[in-house]
Amino acid sequence: MSVMFPLQICGAQVRRRGKVLVGPVDITLQAEGLTMVIGPNGAGKTSLLKMLHGIMRLNAGTVKWACDQDEARRRQGFVFQTPVMLRRTVLENLIYPLALLNIPKPEARERARDWATKIGLGGAEGRQATVLSGGERQKLALARALIRGPDVLFLDEPCASLDGRAMREIEAILQAASAEGTRIIMSTHDMGQARRLASEVIFILHGVVHEFSPAETFFETPQTAQARAFLNGDIVE
Amino acid sequence: MSELWSGITQAFWLIVTLNADLVEITLLSLRVTLSALGIACLISLPWAALITVRRFRFRRILIAILNALMGLPPVVVGLIVYVLLSRAGPFGVLGLLFTPTAMIIAQVLIIVPLITSIAHQSLRDLWVEYHDMLISMNTTQWQRVKTLLWDSRRALLTASLAGFGRGIGEVGAIMIVGGNIDHATRVLTTAIALETGRGDFALALGLGFILIALAIAVNLAIHGLSHTEREGRW
Repeated sequence: MSVMFPLQICGAQVRRRGKVLVGPVDITLQAEGLTMVIGPNGAGKTSLLKMLHGIMRLNAGTVKWACDQDEARRRQGFVFQTPVMLRRTVLENLIYPLALLNIPKPEARERARDWATKIGLGGAEGRQATVLSGGERQKLALARALIRGPDVLFLDEPCASLDGRAMREIEAILQAASAEGTRIIMSTHDMGQARRLASEVIFILHGVVHEFSPAETFFETPQTAQARAFLNGDIVE
Repeated sequence: MSELWSGITQAFWLIVTLNADLVEITLLSLRVTLSALGIACLISLPWAALITVRRFRFRRILIAILNALMGLPPVVVGLIVYVLLSRAGPFGVLGLLFTPTAMIIAQVLIIVPLITSIAHQSLRDLWVEYHDMLISMNTTQWQRVKTLLWDSRRALLTASLAGFGRGIGEVGAIMIVGGNIDHATRVLTTAIALETGRGDFALALGLGFILIALAIAVNLAIHGLSHTEREGRW
């Protein structure tokens, strides 16, 4: 069990140019499960994830990990909705995070090769990452985040605009990582994916958390009118 | 038109016969400009990367000054270096005036702002792309600088080549600090200026063609060595 949890978020808020992007958020996340952040476009899902990860600075409140905060930063990974590829080969993209940790080159290379094979890019190790397809890039970004063995992995709509096959592959990698103990916190607006993967759900609208409950409860008996409307497929404003 | 043709034929014969004077001034041109380029790159590239990833007071002003200095008049640079290196100047004791070292110093001062500014533009674009990813990977500032420099290396090569182009074609500053002394500080550009002054347009044109050919050859060689413009590469 990760020493990073519980993650206590108290009154956390991010504002930019006078506009509240997210918050105030008051929730506590435990060490197990897969948390799915859901909500319509522009609800604040990305901002919430970036706030928790520390990319977005807080304007109010706290995000407190159970361990040392610097240590917590080192034990996290983040996969962006639009994967950012280093202008290097597939293998070099995978080696990069290991090189940051000063892992010896031969070991880093071996681990990178293993991961390239695991995500189905074994034959494309020498290709430039920037010329891969969308699905391949997202798998590579995911592997690059997981290769460090993070305790917590944030993913911002990792399957947005991917085809069914790529989505299935990415979900399989996520489920395997979750089974191996990586705590996953991700956003999606694909309700099917949320039902398949989530163990708990954060429903967010206008930057405010409207509901935080176990997935079963959320999907069966949503507590708020907005969540019910969203699940019914209505336009939620 | 006949002078142009005559220049081409003179250039051809100077090259074919490996004219000793031509070889000497060509090699000195290359030595001065490549040395200046190397030193300028060592200063400019890390500096450009630091300006890109660090936020500090007066950063915008510094960038604006750098951009303005791209158009620094070489004659003014030459004059300043001349004053600094002349016997009465603060560095007069070093005895560098009218030596290739003085010419290198002047060229470094001319091309540093150019390379820094162009490099900064490329690095800034890449930084926008990499920013969140590098922060999410908990990288140190030094690691960010290294990553940006490595991944922008081909764009930085272009910046360096722009610096080379400015340096190899420069005449005002090196004429002042080098003095265009035969067998000592005469380079292609100062030789062209001299021959034009003497009225030997054909030879001046010949040297000009050689200068252009040299600049193209160095560009091609560097592009070839760095494998740019190949499929699937940056």
